[in-house]
Amino acid sequence: MSSFKREKKEEEDGGGNPFQNIEKTTVLQEARTFNETPVNPRKCTHILTKILYLLNQGEQFGSTEATEAFFAMTKLFQSKDVILRRMVYLGIKELSSIADDVIIVTSSLTKDMTGKEDLYRAAAIRALCSITDSTMLQAIERYMKQAIVDRNPAVSSAALVSSLHMTKIAGDVVKRWVNEAQEAVNSDNIMVQYHALGVLYHIRKSDRLAVTKLVAKLTRMSLKSPYAVCMLIRITAKLLEEEGDSGSSNNHLFEFIDSCLRHKSEMVTYEAAHAIVNLKRTSSRELAPAISILQLFCSSPKPTLRFAAVRTLNQVAISHPAAVTACNIDLENLISDSNRSIATLAITTLLKTGGESSVERLMKQISMFVSEISDEFKVVVVQAIRALALKFPRKHSVLMNFLSAMLREEGGFDYKASIADTIITIIEDNPDAKETGLAHLCEFIEDCEHTSLAVRILHLLGKEGPRTKQPSRYIRFIYNRVLLEDPRFRAGAVSAMAQFGATCPDLLENIQVLLTRCQMDPDDEVRDRATYYSNILSRQDKSLYNNYIIEPMKISISALERSLQEYIQGDTEESFDIKSIPVVSPLAAEEIQTTAQKTDGMLSSTGPSKPVQASREENYIKELSNVPELQQLGPLFKSSDVVELTESETEFVVRCIKHSYTKHLVLQFNCTNTLSDLLLENVRVQVDPSEGYNIVKEIPCPKLPYNETGTSYIILQFPNDLSQSVGTFGAVLKFIAKDCDPTTGIPDTDEGYGDEYILEDLEVTPSDQIQRVSKVNWTAAWDEATEANNYSMMNIVFSLSSVSTLEEAIKNVVQYLGLQAAEHSDKVPEGKTVHTLLLAGVFRGGADILAQAKLVLSDTVTMELTVKATEESVAELIVFAIE
Amino acid sequence: MDGHLLEPTLYTVKGIAILDNDGNRILAKYYDKNVFPTTKEQRTFEKNLFNKTHRANAEIIMLDGLTCVYRSNVDLFFYVMGSSHENELILMSVLNSLYDSVSQILRKNVEKRAVLESLDIVMLAMDEICDGGIIIDADSSSVMSRVALRTDDIPLGEQTVAQVTNAIHSLFW
Repeated sequence: MSSFKREKKEEEDGGGNPFQNIEKTTVLQEARTFNETPVNPRKCTHILTKILYLLNQGEQFGSTEATEAFFAMTKLFQSKDVILRRMVYLGIKELSSIADDVIIVTSSLTKDMTGKEDLYRAAAIRALCSITDSTMLQAIERYMKQAIVDRNPAVSSAALVSSLHMTKIAGDVVKRWVNEAQEAVNSDNIMVQYHALGVLYHIRKSDRLAVTKLVAKLTRMSLKSPYAVCMLIRITAKLLEEEGDSGSSNNHLFEFIDSCLRHKSEMVTYEAAHAIVNLKRTSSRELAPAISILQLFCSSPKPTLRFAAVRTLNQVAISHPAAVTACNIDLENLISDSNRSIATLAITTLLKTGGESSVERLMKQISMFVSEISDEFKVVVVQAIRALALKFPRKHSVLMNFLSAMLREEGGFDYKASIADTIITIIEDNPDAKETGLAHLCEFIEDCEHTSLAVRILHLLGKEGPRTKQPSRYIRFIYNRVLLEDPRFRAGAVSAMAQFGATCPDLLENIQVLLTRCQMDPDDEVRDRATYYSNILSRQDKSLYNNYIIEPMKISISALERSLQEYIQGDTEESFDIKSIPVVSPLAAEEIQTTAQKTDGMLSSTGPSKPVQASREENYIKELSNVPELQQLGPLFKSSDVVELTESETEFVVRCIKHSYTKHLVLQFNCTNTLSDLLLENVRVQVDPSEGYNIVKEIPCPKLPYNETGTSYIILQFPNDLSQSVGTFGAVLKFIAKDCDPTTGIPDTDEGYGDEYILEDLEVTPSDQIQRVSKVNWTAAWDEATEANNYSMMNIVFSLSSVSTLEEAIKNVVQYLGLQAAEHSDKVPEGKTVHTLLLAGVFRGGADILAQAKLVLSDTVTMELTVKATEESVAELIVFAIE
Repeated sequence: MDGHLLEPTLYTVKGIAILDNDGNRILAKYYDKNVFPTTKEQRTFEKNLFNKTHRANAEIIMLDGLTCVYRSNVDLFFYVMGSSHENELILMSVLNSLYDSVSQILRKNVEKRAVLESLDIVMLAMDEICDGGIIIDADSSSVMSRVALRTDDIPLGEQTVAQVTNAIHSLFW
């Protein structure tokens, strides 16, 4: 029966699809018919359609094949058939990127473009622009200008759209058409107006003043086209966002967007509401009308409108949860929406806005609906639950039960991983939930087909398990894995067990027995790990445990890989020094996480997954390796954040990055020239370093044309006395300026004049010289440092008068010192007035730093800071710097 | 909030596709080189998109970082894709114009066989609706006047008043 069905279907398809089973070679053969005279329009159109169909299906055409087809096609200009001619234009556009010598049709197209047949003209312009390069553009410039202001809207639109495409290859030529575009904005045709505005904005967008003028003029004249109004709203919103707050003109701009809420087109009202809720400056009062528009959309019969409204409300819920509460009833109606995207968005929005009391009710509603939706949406729901758990820590038991029920259900890897992630986050954030969370995870790995996920959970068990009340119960779960699973799994389990052995002395004996058994394992890696751990554990040495079991390696893996490769290629006489590898900061990992979380609550808008980012230092190493002078300084220790030394809208924009090496400080200045009539040469930043610093070398930037960014460097030697290494540097930008023609960038004369530009002062802080290190078990390291005799200790008490909360104090201290908070001690439980902050880091040159800050909140914050460091001067520096 | 303010640009549409009822491509164009640069990625996306949309007639979906609005009829599926922050209503207006244009070309007989028979005109219409990601025209009657479809091919009932008066004009004067 089924085979009969298929046959019938194939028959239908074959009969119905004249394009089935056509082959490239046959079609290209047929294309020779184009050369016949007189042209047979019907036949040729059909063949041309076949070629275009093949191209559209993704068939690859070789350059010769394409060129042959292209040249055959040019013969078709003889025919007067309208459809055929239009198909030829399409063919030209499609083949222009593959075929050679396409400019051959320029004259034919120019003729059509300026001819009488209106049906040809618009399409000919667009075809012509697809084959034109920047040199040819000069030749057709005159026609383009005329076309832009043509009375026929199709022609005018075509010319405007094409000129926008052309800005990519010849921006400066298109800039000269600004007057024509200006005229086209006044057109009666809605599309022409829209396209003209797009072109006009594109030409002027780098010139703020011009954009402001444009907006001021257009907001007054009330555009006809809803598309153009949407565009204008976007421009206005961008302007508002860049200008920040204050300024009376801003109010005028905001009023314009606000007035668009009452536009008759839904497209425009939505665009305006979207802009208002996304503007940073919007106050909750100003938000209200926009929200009510969205609320109205929520009950629209059109799914697209409902979707748009809920998606936007979902975004607002993050920043202004209170404002969205008004829509809660509408949102609850949407939970049962037939479009699952809408339902999911509605529920996640509710989770964000809902109070603590409604959590249970909502969870019940979700559990009814969660089985019906696809994995992608489940992930969104899980992310919303994570946010909820962080917001209402007291509700963890409800949420945890829900998550574990979800874990037991069928689902793909991404879904399971996001649940496990959420449980892990809750555990880390909320000590009360730890035991239940771990128990759920243990249960999960009993029956988990995703190895990578299970290994992660094993790692977590190894980290958290030993510090629970009853560590021994987890060992059974872990050892079960060794008996049952594949090698990767077993290796992970062995490492986790070793953690227990190292942390819980009373379990050590049992762990040793288990590890001995693992040494019989058939897999190499598992045996190696078991032997390694068993040996270390048998030494009974606390510091060995700390360095080789509990604390993971802190060096950058990619840097290690590169250094080892270099080492193998070079002279291997000397042994490899692992100290030369830069320490990786935990911050980099966090950065990756935050970028990943940005998409939170948005519907799986992940797109194709991006490769793991290299750390900040990694990126700079590549850039710095181009400068030979910097090669002798040794490995890069740390690169700072980018510091702005100018306002962002001045004539020259200078940004500084401070790179620390073991003995040297390299200042990298990225300078941008924003003056179109100046060419800068020999650009350098002259710094006035504080006492003790020595300038070793300056590397100026030889040439800096308009709108480009050049880099100059200064190499300084750190002072021998560490206490002098913290200070403020004066900075002046010096250069030789030459006047030049703004359009070509060629200087008018060879004679330039020296000039300078005062920059803001640059500060060097301890954080520039310290790399963050994350300690899993900070207390163990601290105790070890107390016992060891190579640590020196410094102590200081002082009050932080400028801050009024513990969170703020912690943020300031962490930022200024550049140390990493350990054991989640940077989070203060609510309502506490006393807190201990645990910090760790490493100084350039390799001295370890541990610090403990006891904070007490009265009216101001008082802090007792104890620093332990392997070098006395380092400890002194930190204490000195914080004063 | 990490400001999803939209960049003011005319490049609105990331792609347009017409698929048949097995999810195979009849026509598809992608306008952004960063979105599915290879045919293979495009095909995978289309398969994925089709699987998620052919049963639920829900009009809009988010997939692979794109907002996709869609519409179907008999054995045809029409899709318009834009960035995930794009104004959905603008995308919808493009979709409607695509669908209405095709419907007029095929004289309301919107099905696969008819599309393939008039593939040349459908291609021209798609080209008139969107060029390189910029919406050229979102009004189907205006699109129809721009593709080379001769007026006498359209039955009287579906012509716009302007077209009819023009036709009469040319008859008598």
